[in-house]
Amino acid sequence: MVSARTARWRVRLRHLSGTDVALWLIGALLLAMVLIGSYKSLQAGRYTTRQWLDFIIFGLAQGGVYALIALGYTMVYGVLQMINFAHGEVFMSGPFTAYFVARALDKAGYFDSYPILSLAIVFVVAMAVSTFVAVVLELVAYRPLRGAPRLVPLITAIGASFFLQYTFRGLYGSGVKAYPDIELLQGTWSLGPVVIQKTLVVVFIAAIVLLVGLYLFVQHTKIGKGIRAVAEDQQAAALMGVNVDRMVSMTFAVGGAGAGAAGVLYALIFKQVHFFMGFIPGIKAFTAAVLGGIGNIPGAMLGGLFLGVFESLGPSLFLEGLGVPAPYQLKDAIAFTMLVLVLIFRPTGILGERIAKRA
Amino acid sequence: MGGFPLRQSIRYGLLAGVAVLHMSLVGMVEAFSRREIVKDTISMGQLLLILAILVLAYVAARRAVEQHPLYAVFSGALVGLVAGALLAVLALLIKPLGMREVFANASPRLVKILLFDEEGVAGVARLLAVMTASGALAGLLELLPPRVRRPLVYALLATLTLGLLRDIFAVVLPRKVSRFLYTSSGLTQAGLLTFLAMWGVVFTFWETLGVRLQREVRSLPPAQQRPLQWTSYALVAALLVGMPFILGERGSYIFEVLDIVGIYIIMGLGLNIVVGFAGLLDLGYVAFFAIGAYTMAVLTTPELQVVRAVIPQMTFWEALPLALLASLLSGIILGIPVLKTRGDYLAIITLGFGEIIRLLVLSDFLKPYLGGAQGVTGIARPTFGDWYAKDPQDYYFFILIAIAIGFFISVRLKDSRLGRAWKAIREDEDVAIAMGIDHVATKLTAFATGATLAGLSGAIFAAKLNSMAPHSFNLLISINVLCLLIVGGMGSLPGVVVGAFALVGLPELLREFAEYRLLVYGAALVAMMLLKPEGLWPETLHVRELRAEPVKVSPVPAAGEAPGSK
Amino acid sequence: MGILDIVHVTKRFGGLVAVRDVTIHVEPQSIHSIIGPNGAGKTTLFNCITGFYRADEGEVIFNGEPIHFLPPDEIARMGIARTYQNIRLFANLTAMENVLVGMHPHLTSWLIEPILGLRRYREEEARAREEALQLLAFVDLEDRAYFLAKNLPYGEQRRLEIARALALKPKVLLLDEPTAGMNPRETEETMDLIRRLRDELGITIVLIEHDMKVVMNISDVVSVLDYGEKIAEGTPAEIQINPRVIEAYLGRGAATGLTPAA
Repeated sequence: MVSARTARWRVRLRHLSGTDVALWLIGALLLAMVLIGSYKSLQAGRYTTRQWLDFIIFGLAQGGVYALIALGYTMVYGVLQMINFAHGEVFMSGPFTAYFVARALDKAGYFDSYPILSLAIVFVVAMAVSTFVAVVLELVAYRPLRGAPRLVPLITAIGASFFLQYTFRGLYGSGVKAYPDIELLQGTWSLGPVVIQKTLVVVFIAAIVLLVGLYLFVQHTKIGKGIRAVAEDQQAAALMGVNVDRMVSMTFAVGGAGAGAAGVLYALIFKQVHFFMGFIPGIKAFTAAVLGGIGNIPGAMLGGLFLGVFESLGPSLFLEGLGVPAPYQLKDAIAFTMLVLVLIFRPTGILGERIAKRA
Repeated sequence: MGGFPLRQSIRYGLLAGVAVLHMSLVGMVEAFSRREIVKDTISMGQLLLILAILVLAYVAARRAVEQHPLYAVFSGALVGLVAGALLAVLALLIKPLGMREVFANASPRLVKILLFDEEGVAGVARLLAVMTASGALAGLLELLPPRVRRPLVYALLATLTLGLLRDIFAVVLPRKVSRFLYTSSGLTQAGLLTFLAMWGVVFTFWETLGVRLQREVRSLPPAQQRPLQWTSYALVAALLVGMPFILGERGSYIFEVLDIVGIYIIMGLGLNIVVGFAGLLDLGYVAFFAIGAYTMAVLTTPELQVVRAVIPQMTFWEALPLALLASLLSGIILGIPVLKTRGDYLAIITLGFGEIIRLLVLSDFLKPYLGGAQGVTGIARPTFGDWYAKDPQDYYFFILIAIAIGFFISVRLKDSRLGRAWKAIREDEDVAIAMGIDHVATKLTAFATGATLAGLSGAIFAAKLNSMAPHSFNLLISINVLCLLIVGGMGSLPGVVVGAFALVGLPELLREFAEYRLLVYGAALVAMMLLKPEGLWPETLHVRELRAEPVKVSPVPAAGEAPGSK
Repeated sequence: MGILDIVHVTKRFGGLVAVRDVTIHVEPQSIHSIIGPNGAGKTTLFNCITGFYRADEGEVIFNGEPIHFLPPDEIARMGIARTYQNIRLFANLTAMENVLVGMHPHLTSWLIEPILGLRRYREEEARAREEALQLLAFVDLEDRAYFLAKNLPYGEQRRLEIARALALKPKVLLLDEPTAGMNPRETEETMDLIRRLRDELGITIVLIEHDMKVVMNISDVVSVLDYGEKIAEGTPAEIQINPRVIEAYLGRGAATGLTPAA
């Protein structure tokens, strides 16, 4: 008797379709291009080790931000099986609003005299606003559609995304607003031969601390357990006396808080906010969530960090090696390609299996 | 008879209040106030506020009337009062709180508009009076018998539309008539009354005679209906074709707008096959539009030396089939990987593809072949011998033909074996497969057909513009097309046309609207999904067959109920 | 060798074995019932036959040909049709269209023919519609042809689902609890219909059913599953007195009685 595994392989081989073969060829081709590009680039030695380290550290900080945003995507998907397309706007709403607080604090000189307290205030305001937007969004736009065909909430979310974007544009104006510089975060630290920007370190650590905090919240508090119960089986949870509506609201609240904090960190790295800032990071964070296996919180964390580093290294590492001029223009294309590839080849993500019941 | 629904009225009032506050603070009210719909009477900004009150007051009144007829009026008035009070608070607080520091649109001008050009207490009183009166009016409307209410509401709407579309009609009408009816931005008071009277008569007539006529035609046997149908189609076709000749030079602006609407209609018809028939939410649809446009551009431009060295410059007619082929092939190539996934993931992958293509087009990497961020100029125009297309009117004919092709294909496929397979997959993919449908081939065909129509649209667009910038191919176009489909009604062909005129034509005419276009689109998507997911002009199923139906009960359901509304 | 042979089929979900080493031979033109308590793996077995699940071990042989590795649409085209436990019609299509979708494999037109309106296509469609009407008449739904499926009452939806499956011209029809939720009169009618499928159309029926009255009345053979394993097989009379079956049902205090109530 043939073992089950070999039998399965035989079946698979016999029924390998042309499309599958083509897909794997494309995948292999892209992988080969990445490898060849990286090799050539490293051979050419245009960048020093220190520069590579800079790329990685920048990538980690940026990845931490993606991971924090991804938390919201992944939790909402886990609970409602919907892509909250407007999550990028939840992310934007917090820091965009908190900008005015930051500006006022800066004018009053508080950033110099009480930097930590002032930053904390900015964080709290941003998180509160994003949480508020996320919860209201769910209440108004998504709750009435629960149980509707899959595409209906997605279309609603797309609509909500544009509505929020342009509402904030209308409210605060279409210009780019510069976040104040904070004296405390300027400059660099050197650890032996490695010199790193303070801002990036602080952003990275803050992101990790927040992620771990939110993760512990979901794992260990009563509310977190309720959320997980609803994600596991809504009906069963309801029968066990869990208030499903409240737990869905809490899910959006936690995701919103994460996104709001991520927004301030993003503003600390890039020093500016505007109404369109949520769109691209939103899609990237979604990529991170899928990468880590949607519905899986530690997965989102790893996915975010991986994407951040990959995207930061990518242009110099393999695009330049392949002889692409101005590779930084294609930085976003790397993330999008990654998104497409992951969704096609491994929609369950690297860590996740939760999605198996999709079909 | 129950008590007065106080809490409910206040709730609707607060809702209306949030709506009007939102419109004021995002700047819509101010931006629109420059357009006077009726001279010295009402600006569009104020109309916007009043409309919000009217709608919500009407809904509130509709519920209150169950208790007591008079409650309808009270309830409506209360809605207006509450919303007006909120607005008044805003108007009074803007200055003392220095709200402009944060809210870009909280300007003194806004205060002036909100307080109806008066100040202090007088302004607040006027605001409250107008809002309360509007609310009460909506309540009164509810009390009218439908026979009266409907013509009245329609006449009002039609008149307002004519006011909004001033830019079109004022040009078309003979100058004297135009002077009498229109000002430089809207209607004159005489115009208002004339139109109201005219539409009032028309709709009253329709309400009585028209409906009866319609019923009589419907009850005819199909064989006798057929010639009537054909006559009406022929009339519409004759009007469409004859319009440029009737309007002549004066119509340039109209046709400029119509061309844009038409290009969206072609795309809408294509996406309708993909989303409406087969249920594949394609957010990267613009990619195929871009591929059609770029194929046309790259093949016909004298620029791009690298390409010219290999491929000789072509004419419009030589490039057109290649553009179609390119979009068809790209539909298949992008379709194969994409279609293995389902539902919401498909939407995100297509979005990703669309963005990748846009970034590639913009990059320096492909600049020698595609022109990079500067785009391409010198694209060929369609020619016939010595004649070549130059005016919007000329392109109008090309677009009309393309639309006709799109319509024809859609109508023919809709009830074919392939069309049924699409709809089956849309309804339940697993079951469709269990019925022996090859889902990948079926979805791929939908994708490729839609892509080809988008490519056709893109090719015409490129030729019409003569030059193009890659910035015209962003995600927002995909969203625009999706939005017009949803507003019109997914799967519905007339819906595509209605949607395109409402969502593309209207904003083209109201230029101050441009900034708020996506705001309104977003709100429209959410509202449609929540309240009327089948669209404004839903697909009527098998009208012909239904009429032959002997059973008395109407088999077509009343509009599918919105899940969870109420 | 029957028309449908399920040979040593095993299906696992992670650690859970939903179907364990089940072998069932279905004789041509018979009504073969599969019964068992909830969660016994009956629907999983259906999914393995129709190709929606891949069996981890074992084979499914249809008419002498192994089919367990084929994609589900191909299996359907070979002549295995099914209905669903929780009705799955194309809700927004008319009854007629539902049936026409079932006829999909037997029609030939694709993209070009309808666009050009070729005569071959028009004739094919006309014939298909006529045939669809006949099928609707067979399940007594001809006056519902242009109703949307979602607007039909429950019992008619069940019948429409059978008509749609019949449109595939199947040799084997898998019915998943066709009488669930029906009143006694409707159940009676459905039993008649199932018999007519076998006697008039010569279709082999595999039936999952909870209503023992139905099972005992119309089955030629009954197979009993419990915890994914086949624990008994035989004629209704044999099954009723099989001690393992009685234990499987009564041992868990199932409410369903095994003896047919007259």
